[in-house]
Amino acid sequence: MNPILEVKDIVKVYPNGVVANRGVSLKVEPGTIHALVGENGAGKSTLMKIVFGLERPDEGEIYFKGKKVKIFDSHEAIKLGIGMVHQHLMLAPDLTVAENLFLGIEPRKGVFLDIKKTLKSAEDASKYYSLSVPSRLKIKDLPIGVQQRVEILKALVREVELLILDEPTSILTPQETEVLFETLKGLKKIGKTIVFISHKLKEVKAVADLVTVMRDGKVVATQMVENTTEKDMAYLMVGRDLSFEKVEQSLKVGESSLIVKDLSYMNLERRPVLNKINFELKKGEILGIAGIEGNGQTELAEIITGLRTSSYGEIIFKGDNILGHLPRKIREKGVAHIPEDRMKHGAALDISTQENLIVDRYQKKPFSNILFLNWKNINQYAKELIKSFSIATPNAHARVGSLSGGNIQRVVVARELSSSPELIIADQPTMGIDVSATDTVHRLLIEFRNKGAAILLISADLEEVLKLSTRILVIYSGEIVGEFVNTPDLNGKDLGPYMLGIKKKEVM
Amino acid sequence: MRGFILKYFDLIRVLLSISIGLTLAFIIMFLVSDNPLLSIRSLLIGPLASRSRLSFIFETATPLIFCGLAASIPFQAKQFWVGAEGALYFGGTLGTAFALLTRFPSGLHHFLLLAFVFIVGMFVGLIPALLKTRLKINEFVTSLMFNFILYYSGLYIINFHFRDQAAGYLVSNAIPKTVLLAQFIPRTRIHLGIIFALIAAFLVYIFLFHTKWGYEIRMVGANLSFAKYGGINVKRVILYSIVLGGALAAMGGMIEVMGIHGRFNWQASPGYGWNGIMAAIIAGNHPLLIIVTSLFISYLITGAQIVNLVTDIPAEMVTVIQAIIILLVTSQAFLEFWRHRLIVKEAAKDGSSS
Repeated sequence: MNPILEVKDIVKVYPNGVVANRGVSLKVEPGTIHALVGENGAGKSTLMKIVFGLERPDEGEIYFKGKKVKIFDSHEAIKLGIGMVHQHLMLAPDLTVAENLFLGIEPRKGVFLDIKKTLKSAEDASKYYSLSVPSRLKIKDLPIGVQQRVEILKALVREVELLILDEPTSILTPQETEVLFETLKGLKKIGKTIVFISHKLKEVKAVADLVTVMRDGKVVATQMVENTTEKDMAYLMVGRDLSFEKVEQSLKVGESSLIVKDLSYMNLERRPVLNKINFELKKGEILGIAGIEGNGQTELAEIITGLRTSSYGEIIFKGDNILGHLPRKIREKGVAHIPEDRMKHGAALDISTQENLIVDRYQKKPFSNILFLNWKNINQYAKELIKSFSIATPNAHARVGSLSGGNIQRVVVARELSSSPELIIADQPTMGIDVSATDTVHRLLIEFRNKGAAILLISADLEEVLKLSTRILVIYSGEIVGEFVNTPDLNGKDLGPYMLGIKKKEVM
Repeated sequence: MRGFILKYFDLIRVLLSISIGLTLAFIIMFLVSDNPLLSIRSLLIGPLASRSRLSFIFETATPLIFCGLAASIPFQAKQFWVGAEGALYFGGTLGTAFALLTRFPSGLHHFLLLAFVFIVGMFVGLIPALLKTRLKINEFVTSLMFNFILYYSGLYIINFHFRDQAAGYLVSNAIPKTVLLAQFIPRTRIHLGIIFALIAAFLVYIFLFHTKWGYEIRMVGANLSFAKYGGINVKRVILYSIVLGGALAAMGGMIEVMGIHGRFNWQASPGYGWNGIMAAIIAGNHPLLIIVTSLFISYLITGAQIVNLVTDIPAEMVTVIQAIIILLVTSQAFLEFWRHRLIVKEAAKDGSSS
């Protein structure tokens, strides 16, 4: 059969000089679910944005249904029959489902919208594609999983033949993910083609027919999914084996390290973000905070590390209430912070690697004396960290912004973990970085746990939380709604209802 | 070759900006001048044609270097403080007052005077800095407005308290000989101030790139959230970067009074502060490069005055050139497509080789 989509030798360089695609070629057969996997930063999203007309390739050609096409914007892509569902949904929250579905292509009665017909068409489409959506409700009142279904249906009513889904499961709970996969299989049956971008190999195995692995802006391999295993795919993605099993539990959980009491916080719009949070973190323990992004996790991390002020409650560390202390004072007590947004907080991109590595300790010996920086010692130190954390950088003077995402995170982690911390606040420590960097970070966190450090692991990636944590708290809408001891048979489905706020345990 | 261009891209960009600025100026001269070749020659070669003209370049560069350095410190912290002009003027006024009111032996008098002016400049910088850190008022607006306040305050002080009644126009009394700076090259007005300026540039360089405070300033400038996260007291850094800027600009003003005129004679604000900001921008806020860019701007100013004297082109021509250069140097997108093409080619080569 002829491929429905073929891209040839695509090169894409972003204006900031990041090279996303280095000559990518790919064929997608009609009526298949084709997974595009690779570490974040491998270039898979960029490639699909090019196909959907959101980015222009610098070089290369695109063929759709055998014809060479030039796609300058997403309207053109949709006209051709290409649809895309983004990681962050693009719906109008104040409009109803039906209105969103036909936004821009509404049935009209004279100059007015034909609301009845809109609703009817929405319900017909919903039935035809067996995607149940409540067409009269407003988007903002729907759970994320349903919103995503609306987004898919929105592409389908525009009669697309090729549907691209960019990491659709990153915002879903395990239950919602299963429903999505059923939907995708149904669409395949009626002849639609689906490109499914992911970095979760288990999902690829569950739903895709073919898989293309990308690494560092290039295609490494395309294979039938049934002939490959997760291990093989992971090997292709990173070039070596990785473990998926839960780590063995720490033997020596010690006395308490961090106690958070009745912590509440309101943001600038006076919306309560955290509501009476209580928990205790012990030495030698990894406490996982699970939850869907945006439920107060980042605020919690920033309050503990002193970056965010005007909250109420108590944060006891080493016998002192550190709430409201300056970041430096908190750091000097032995707190390390791997921030959620490494580009914003974790690094200064225009500055050299070595200068990034000393931001919390430049004022101390041997990096400076009473007046001057000691560049020789700084350079020496940076070289040691680059080596021991295997940061791939040409030298210690290279701009951090010129490194890959995974290596920027290695710089952050190297700095934070080399200060011999007693408490590590790891906020999304592996979000958006490659599998091998993820592996490094996980290994280091376990190493520090075994050395007796207390670790607060905040992550929206359930697999990560389940793999590493000693205990798990689930946060929903600024409240702790569940607490679990991480037994070997605890899995994502146990946590899902709590993450969605459906179930709530009266803990503590 | 490609690698070489990418490596020195910023330098190439500045040089190209300068060439384009000059070329456009030449085109305009051809259009408006009766004798364009004479104008161009006067602009380019004129400043180098005599000892007094060469001297003028160095004299003018002295306050420019101080103002460029003054701007570079807050700019390194990404604080857009543009108060150098006011600080220079006010430093000159209060310094003149101090010189006229005190009696010390030479040397000690120099030292006390400059220390006094330094402190005056610090206070001048302190006001917008505090308004920024305490009340989050944009430092650009306050420092810009303060230039006017300082200008008229300075004018008032000189006019009503230290005016030379014998002179036919508004100048102060001559300051005592104990604070003059020696003009050390015969038949020029080049004075010790240029040496001070060079030393200041070197010290600012050491400060920015080799001290803890300089590191803090550069980190705040590179990424404010990152600096805060690392434990740097961001507000304090903003405060002292602007305060130091004020101090350096004020020094530049007083040194000009001590070295060239021997009295305060600026009825209008002399504009060194603004040209200093340009010197800092073209130099990418690097203190040692500011010496070069200050001399370059000073060279253009000298050329413009010669053009003004010997041809029908007004001296304002040079501001056109400056404006074009600044525009091109500061426009992020200028030549960016070229850099982009180069990187694309490197990437394509990389992709095909594996």
